[in-house]
Amino acid sequence: MTTTATKPGGGGRLRAAITARTLRTDRWWLAPLVTFIGLGAWVTYATVRVFMHQWFFVEEYLYLTPFYSPCLTDLCGPAAEFGTPLPSFLLIPEAAFTLPFLLLFRLTCYYYRKAYYRAFWLSPPACAVPDGHKTYSGETRFPLIFQNAHRYAFYAAVIISVINTWDAIHAQTTGLGLGNVILWINVLMLWAYTASCHSCRHIIGGRMKHFSRHPVRYRLWTFVSALNTRHMQLAWITLGTLALTDFYIMGLAAGWFTDLRIIG
Amino acid sequence: MKRHFRVWRGDASGGDLRDFDVEVNEGEVVLDIIHRLQATQAPDLACRWNCKAGKCGSCSMEINGKPRLGCMTRMSTFTDDETITVTPIRTFPVIRDLVTDVSFNYEKARETPAFAPPPGVAPGEYRMQQVDVERSQEFRKCIECFLCQNTCHVIRDHDENKPAFSGPRYFIRAAELDMHPLDDRSDRKEYAQASQGLGYCNITKCCTEVCPEHIKITDNAIIPMKERVVDRRYDPIVWLGRKIFRRDQLESADGAVPTVNPPMSSARLPEGPPVGPDGHMEIAELSAPTQGGLSPFGEDLSFPLPPEYVSYHHPERPSEA
Ligand code: SF4
Ligand code: SF4
Ligand code: FES
Ligand code: FES
Repeated sequence: MTTTATKPGGGGRLRAAITARTLRTDRWWLAPLVTFIGLGAWVTYATVRVFMHQWFFVEEYLYLTPFYSPCLTDLCGPAAEFGTPLPSFLLIPEAAFTLPFLLLFRLTCYYYRKAYYRAFWLSPPACAVPDGHKTYSGETRFPLIFQNAHRYAFYAAVIISVINTWDAIHAQTTGLGLGNVILWINVLMLWAYTASCHSCRHIIGGRMKHFSRHPVRYRLWTFVSALNTRHMQLAWITLGTLALTDFYIMGLAAGWFTDLRIIG
Repeated sequence: MKRHFRVWRGDASGGDLRDFDVEVNEGEVVLDIIHRLQATQAPDLACRWNCKAGKCGSCSMEINGKPRLGCMTRMSTFTDDETITVTPIRTFPVIRDLVTDVSFNYEKARETPAFAPPPGVAPGEYRMQQVDVERSQEFRKCIECFLCQNTCHVIRDHDENKPAFSGPRYFIRAAELDMHPLDDRSDRKEYAQASQGLGYCNITKCCTEVCPEHIKITDNAIIPMKERVVDRRYDPIVWLGRKIFRRDQLESADGAVPTVNPPMSSARLPEGPPVGPDGHMEIAELSAPTQGGLSPFGEDLSFPLPPEYVSYHHPERPSEA
């Protein structure tokens, strides 16, 4: 006998019995794997560098690595631009006032959230691939509800970008070398990343209901929106420029190579 | 040329993948092959479709594990020896073969507050500027294929979240209306947070990845809505700005008196189509009481609808709403 269709909304409420957890045949695991390795490597490098407590400043050309800016402990010597209120201690990073905010900024960033929820938390590892967890409450409760603090971290990140810009200007007073170029590229990319932030896009104009009444903010919003579409790329580019800048300055400070000077 | 297909066949009581070798010609899409199967080897294979142009949103299915429109998935995107697996969308209860019961989405649609007409502007008098309405228009492209709803892991992998979570399709609806220059409601953000389950979304962007209309669901709707919630609930500077510049009064200075918000949804409850004595629908429309596709809202509606069925609130006569 032919079976008739089940009535929608009533009757059988069961899903199709498909045994395979996912039927995807492409290499869906590649993107989360690359993210996992990339972020993991970067975090390892940054942690090692932050707690190295040396090779962060090139006195001759006033190059200060972004990982130690602003330098605030007794160890800083001539690198201290804002005084040295902190004692030097193994567990206190030289930039102890800014690094936590930078960490918070990146941790609560909408792009990084996507990246680590997928690659580290497997929730989900890829689209149409099952979540690695039994239960799920998303960002509705503690601790993940604090992802909503991204806005505060954004404000902090703007201030920190200003400090990084100051570092680049400060180093510029000694002439021009490859180090200056690297510092400027890094600062420029940091600004691009910060400006492309979703919170920035919202504050600058996204929150308005009537663009036509605020033409200037509308223009700014359009600009930020264009940057915002590249937020993921900028997130990775800035990881690259940060590590590269730091590595270059470490190399100079450690005497592994010398700065390529153009002027001075 | 023959290609190897595996198609899920069965219903709520169970089923499995069946193997087929089917003829495939140049320029065909997966839906064509399903039709060829119906015409040749499996005449009772159930499949929903309508336009074959990616515009009706009926033919959602999972092809090699990926949520896609059958009519927009070209056979040329597969290699010659690739086995193509076609299954119904997973998140919703199966009716038969590739047809699922998507009434979850209609229930969520009914719960989402409708457009609230601006007070003092009669219907037909609505005027707005293109720049103001542009953001909302992106979301109007939605064809309600529910691929985003199906992919979203919040309900795909955790069925228990269904009552609390409306899904990306209804987040774009909330965003569409919240950004709409003429919509009079001011509590859509609170509603999205409290009743639609916006907080469940962890912005992993699978909805955006599968949307056949390429709506930037996450970037342009969900994240802005999350930010709007932050405005209301978590941002101290916005709060200060409001206090100092009296922003609230500014926004309503142009005649829009803040109104009492009408109830969130209509009183109308979901209804199923008529069924036979066995509790099942008729197998073919020939023997059904009405011809044509059965409405998921029930077949016994007469117009005009009784007022309690309608969630429209007249701007000048709110008492009659
Ligand atoms: S971005 Fe949010 S709504 Fe979209 S699929 Fe992911 S969790 Fe679901
Ligand atoms: S938003 Fe896109 S994926 Fe979701 S129902 Fe609409 S068209 Fe389909
Ligand atoms: S920095 Fe990525 S969204 Fe704000
Ligand atoms: S048949 Fe209409 S979208 Fe595929």
